[in-house]
Amino acid sequence: MEVRDDLRYTGDHEWVRIEAGRAVVGITDFAQASLGDIVYVQLPEVGARVERGGTLGEVESTKSVSEVYAPVGGVVAEVNTAVVEAPERLNSDPYGAGWLCVIEGADAAEVDQLLPAQRYRELIEP
Amino acid sequence: MSDEHQRAPQEAGDRPEAGLRRSPMHDHHVAHGARFVEFAGWSMPLRYGSDLAEHHAVRQRAGVFDLSHMAELEVRGPAAAELLDHALVGNLSALAVGRARYTMICDAAGGILDDLVVYRRGPEDYLVVANAANASTVLAELEARAGGRAAAVVDATSAYGLVAVQGPRALEILQRLTRTPLGEVPYYGSVESAVHGVRALVARTGYTGEDGFELFVPAEDAGAVFEALLDTGRDAGVAPAGLAARDSLRLEAGMPLYGNELSREVTPYEAGLGRVVRLDKPGDFVGREALERRSALGPTRELVGLVATGRRAPRHGYPVVDEATGSTVGSVTSGVLSPTLGRPVAMAYLDPAVLAKSPGLAVDVRGELVAVELVALPFYRRPVRRERERA
Repeated sequence: MEVRDDLRYTGDHEWVRIEAGRAVVGITDFAQASLGDIVYVQLPEVGARVERGGTLGEVESTKSVSEVYAPVGGVVAEVNTAVVEAPERLNSDPYGAGWLCVIEGADAAEVDQLLPAQRYRELIEP
Repeated sequence: MSDEHQRAPQEAGDRPEAGLRRSPMHDHHVAHGARFVEFAGWSMPLRYGSDLAEHHAVRQRAGVFDLSHMAELEVRGPAAAELLDHALVGNLSALAVGRARYTMICDAAGGILDDLVVYRRGPEDYLVVANAANASTVLAELEARAGGRAAAVVDATSAYGLVAVQGPRALEILQRLTRTPLGEVPYYGSVESAVHGVRALVARTGYTGEDGFELFVPAEDAGAVFEALLDTGRDAGVAPAGLAARDSLRLEAGMPLYGNELSREVTPYEAGLGRVVRLDKPGDFVGREALERRSALGPTRELVGLVATGRRAPRHGYPVVDEATGSTVGSVTSGVLSPTLGRPVAMAYLDPAVLAKSPGLAVDVRGELVAVELVALPFYRRPVRRERERA
């Protein structure tokens, strides 16, 4: 399973890329591999305020339904509508074309609590 | 994220856990990159890569499944037929040698203990194939129902590997490995044969809605047969397929799954499978009185097919509601975004009184009411092929 060194992670298998104070969010390679073929994605509304740990959206595979939680609190500034049309992008490119949304205004302390790559790697490879 | 709504079986990931039974083909699945799932105490392949690709391979070409978790119970002896006629709802003494029948074992109240496929291999020799989760129940019931009859019931599950090859090209692929003329084996027929040099009971049965075969082979030879099918079928586009594809395939084909559509809470009549109950057979059988009553009174609920638009699938346990009144009128037993049809399909139990009024229906998909349409089962029926029309 690919774990990218330049990203931060949650124990619930979301990844976060911090870019100039904005947090780009997606689900990890481990998550997509566990779920199987993803066939439906529900994204938050742009402008929605989310709290850390709150529900950000939903991902369905053939066999399961999973909620995606907000890794940090803030305001949803952008969503990747392309994955609604092509949910398989979460499988084929979870760290790239399969990104889900951008959260702005995250608290620095919350960002600090995200797992570095090595910690996440340990979590999924016991 | 979390799998809040995921149903058992639990994902075991790519590290099969200790304490689970393993198929005799286990190492072959590892070599093919399988992700495993815990299913009724077994660690079985969930998928090898993409479960959608495996589903489409079976619909369009062929897939090879390992079903070794299914229980093989051998019933033999002068009174084997009599025992099965008493223990099961079907008329198994009337089953010809070399034929198979879909049937059920019920409790005294008519509740379904398991659905079964019974193969008759000889006048006094039957093979009863039960679901893994119900293996011990079925074994214990058959033993108890044998009474003093001259028949022995043996759990031979570990002696067998069960390999299925399913799909429009299954016959052509399997034929490359055997001299037995497979085209002559009828649907729900079986033949004692040799496949890839391995003795096998070759049965034209399956759980995918496609033509295909199930091969009961000695456990120690199962891996070789599995590999031979994949190898010889490579040019035909054959793929190994896991339990995820098996579930979406059977659901499209409108086939019930024990634990979802079938349980002790329903009789075969509720499941729309009253035809398997042979009230016309001579002699008493377990559940007869209750089933006669149910047959006369009509089912307490009805299994129906539902289709929706969009991409959100109704899933097991979701309420079905009357759109006009908002009241709950039933419950989804299985659902999936149909890979073949591209729209959500589901089976559900509905109140017959409500059905008679044909109301507008919706499914409560985690708070969102998704409109559904009632359709006849199955959702998918395989195209009739030219060679079968000629036959």
